[in-house]
Amino acid sequence: MRLEILNSGYRPGTKLLFAIIRLFSGHPVPDAARIVFYRPDFYGTRSKVFTHEAMRGPSAWSVGDRELMAAYVSKVNDTAFCIAAHTATASRAYEDGTKVAAVLDDVDSAPIEEPLRATLRMLGRLSAEGTVSVHDMKDVLATGVSAQQIEDALAVCAAFNTTDRLADALGFEVLDAAGFEAGAKYLLKRGYR
Amino acid sequence: MPDEDRKWAAHQALVQGVLTGAGQADPALRARAFGNEGLAAPLDALVSKVATAPTQVTDADFAAVTAAGYSEDQLFELVICAAVGQSARLYEAGRAALAQAVAEERPDDAT
Repeated sequence: MRLEILNSGYRPGTKLLFAIIRLFSGHPVPDAARIVFYRPDFYGTRSKVFTHEAMRGPSAWSVGDRELMAAYVSKVNDTAFCIAAHTATASRAYEDGTKVAAVLDDVDSAPIEEPLRATLRMLGRLSAEGTVSVHDMKDVLATGVSAQQIEDALAVCAAFNTTDRLADALGFEVLDAAGFEAGAKYLLKRGYR
Repeated sequence: MPDEDRKWAAHQALVQGVLTGAGQADPALRARAFGNEGLAAPLDALVSKVATAPTQVTDADFAAVTAAGYSEDQLFELVICAAVGQSARLYEAGRAALAQAVAEERPDDAT
């Protein structure tokens, strides 16, 4: 990563933990997971609470839907690390990589339900343009999405607009496919805490 | 507490933590990084890219702010503030649009 403290500035116990994870999983700890261990009182601890709540807390959206939203927002932001990480996680959650790939390729023609499609479009517009109109929100509500579901989707959007920015600004290392698969498995088993 | 309030509350705690929690960058500077406004060169360029064009951040951006005297720990804090700040604005914009859409669609508001 671009700040050396994020590569080598961790406490001895944290370095040992990273080494153990690498030994047993066969893969390095992804930078997105490492950064929350650096001075966790500043950002990491509260970031994990918020992201876990958004991605795994109670919601009418499935875990797969929310991972797809994370992948889609990351695609709009062009963040290579998070696109790969959450494409892998959404694909595993849905047990359907073809559907995830189709959404990222073209949300308008992908084989998904209209409420999810409308929600993804709205999140994409918000991420790309920094704003959405009342009309945009009414379009989403008109597909049958509840206000609560939109709230939940906005939380996912906020979490990944933060992580995407950190990934690109700090230079998270893009892993190989096996590394992202291992990360996906972990995120579905344990979440973001 | 309703679910949406739990998510929002967790986000508010995150925002407060990066703005006012213990850190090495002055809280006033962190607030400016969070708002992406009122910063002097060369920090303004880095923060602006983190907020609005993060894929364009380069090693040279970090070299410039390091040469200007900012420590790595200060930059860690300021980059996070810039990222959380932009995301907070998106979150607030989305919630405001939603609240207005819901209010306008209430039958008793139709007049």
